[in-house]
Amino acid sequence: MSLTTLSPTRREHLGYDDLPYLMALQTGDEKHSYAATSTLDVLWVLYHRVLRVAPHLVNDPDRDRFLLSKGHGPQAYYAVLAAKGFIDVDLLPTLASWESPLGHHPDRVLVPGVEAGSGSLGHGLPIAVGMALALRQRPVDQSRRRPRVVCLVGDGELDEGSNHEAIAFAGRALLRELTVVVVDNRSSSHGWPGGIARRFAVEGWDTATVDGRDHDALHDALGPPNVVRPRAVVATVEREGSDQ
Amino acid sequence: MRDRFVAVTEALLEEDPRVTLVLADIAVDRFARARHRMPDRIVNVGIREQLLLGVAAGLALEGHRPVVHSYAPFLVERPFEQVKLDLGHQDAGAVLVSVGASFDASSEGRTHQAPGDVALLDTLEGWTVHVPGHADEVERQLRRAVAGDGRVYVRLSAQQNGAARAAEHDGFTVVRRGRRATVVAVGPMLDPVLAATGDLDVTVLYAATVRPFDHGTLMATLTAPAVVLVEPYLAGTSAAEVATALLHVPHQLLSLGVGRVELRRYGSPADHARAHGLDAAGLRASIGAFVDRAAA
Repeated sequence: MSLTTLSPTRREHLGYDDLPYLMALQTGDEKHSYAATSTLDVLWVLYHRVLRVAPHLVNDPDRDRFLLSKGHGPQAYYAVLAAKGFIDVDLLPTLASWESPLGHHPDRVLVPGVEAGSGSLGHGLPIAVGMALALRQRPVDQSRRRPRVVCLVGDGELDEGSNHEAIAFAGRALLRELTVVVVDNRSSSHGWPGGIARRFAVEGWDTATVDGRDHDALHDALGPPNVVRPRAVVATVEREGSDQ
Repeated sequence: MRDRFVAVTEALLEEDPRVTLVLADIAVDRFARARHRMPDRIVNVGIREQLLLGVAAGLALEGHRPVVHSYAPFLVERPFEQVKLDLGHQDAGAVLVSVGASFDASSEGRTHQAPGDVALLDTLEGWTVHVPGHADEVERQLRRAVAGDGRVYVRLSAQQNGAARAAEHDGFTVVRRGRRATVVAVGPMLDPVLAATGDLDVTVLYAATVRPFDHGTLMATLTAPAVVLVEPYLAGTSAAEVATALLHVPHQLLSLGVGRVELRRYGSPADHARAHGLDAAGLRASIGAFVDRAAA
């Protein structure tokens, strides 16, 4: 299959099964690194089943906010954004070129629907906390949907202390508008004895640990937010670099 | 200046629903009354400066106007990557208001001193930098900063001038005209400069805003190709701005300000000003010698 064989009708109905192809378009290679794919199922479930986001809603104040804090290996993210119509499929092969809006780390100024640029680790979650605090200030209006802020981080990224500033504060501030998904491919050099979820639970978060490849389990865990507390979902995937 | 900052910020919180004040334990008690009335509008993140800037960025991306306040080293230096990325790279605006300046906290030691703050911000795009020399200037600068949506740094200091002289629209004020050199006095350095140059035939310009730097007034009032910069932070911070303003004018420049050497002394701000040659006597000696040689 090549770009030219993707008919206009086909482009409008891209699904989960097309994601490997959409990623291959970016790398020019059938093989792609695990950094790019550890997030694939979480991203798909979020965009397909959980978040209220769409290309025509990128400026809608009632949309959900999604921040990919772990910006490394964004091919899976771009593939999902292309499948969902945020970016043109034809842009994918331009990845990281001079003319392209798509870089190895996403830039919110260049890509519609990207809520926060990333690359340097540990920046997304504090920004997500600020967004959730802003949403909390909105006047109560039963006729309007309450948006959520969902931030994806990696287990290695949790090494950055800025995350722990945010985790402690959000727990104490009862930021129920906020959900964090930790994609755990055990890439943290020194690990998290006792588990990642405990780090959140001790700070007052509602937590769940699920199989990061199981779409129904992810959907259940990422469902409607807790009514009083922020939620952390640890999505466990195969170890980085493993064959599994 | 700090009292005025607190009063004006309280008023702005009442007047403008976009304003949210973000603090990291510093000055929380000063806003206790406002916090009681508007609990959601004043966020205290605790002693967490990376979060301080990240939260400000998130608020800004949602259309709020964050005012962020702490000691200069904890506002600009410690979370500098957040200043660079969460605000600059994300294209988010905020008003950062610092206290402490270069050595207001002389008795606290180096940890509470930030003579390099303006130089650091100079590495980034799009910052407006105010260095007020009087509480009335703080009020006007702060109100304009909050009404906009850009990235603004307001550098408060306990050192101040006897009178407010800042020009409208952030340009330099011509305080005095002379023939042998132009002295640009930044913020609280004006009164010491005036005391030092009373008997010198020099133009004195006053800058309460240094970014953008008023190239036009410097060029337009130049009577001799000799310029002295007197800045209350790292010496030479604005030297490149003078070079830009006088691109086609062969000129001599003396850059005075805080030195890089760590004194490892406590004492008073006046002790530190004297050690860096920024008191009236030190300025008189440096500027006098420069003017004599420049004219020779």
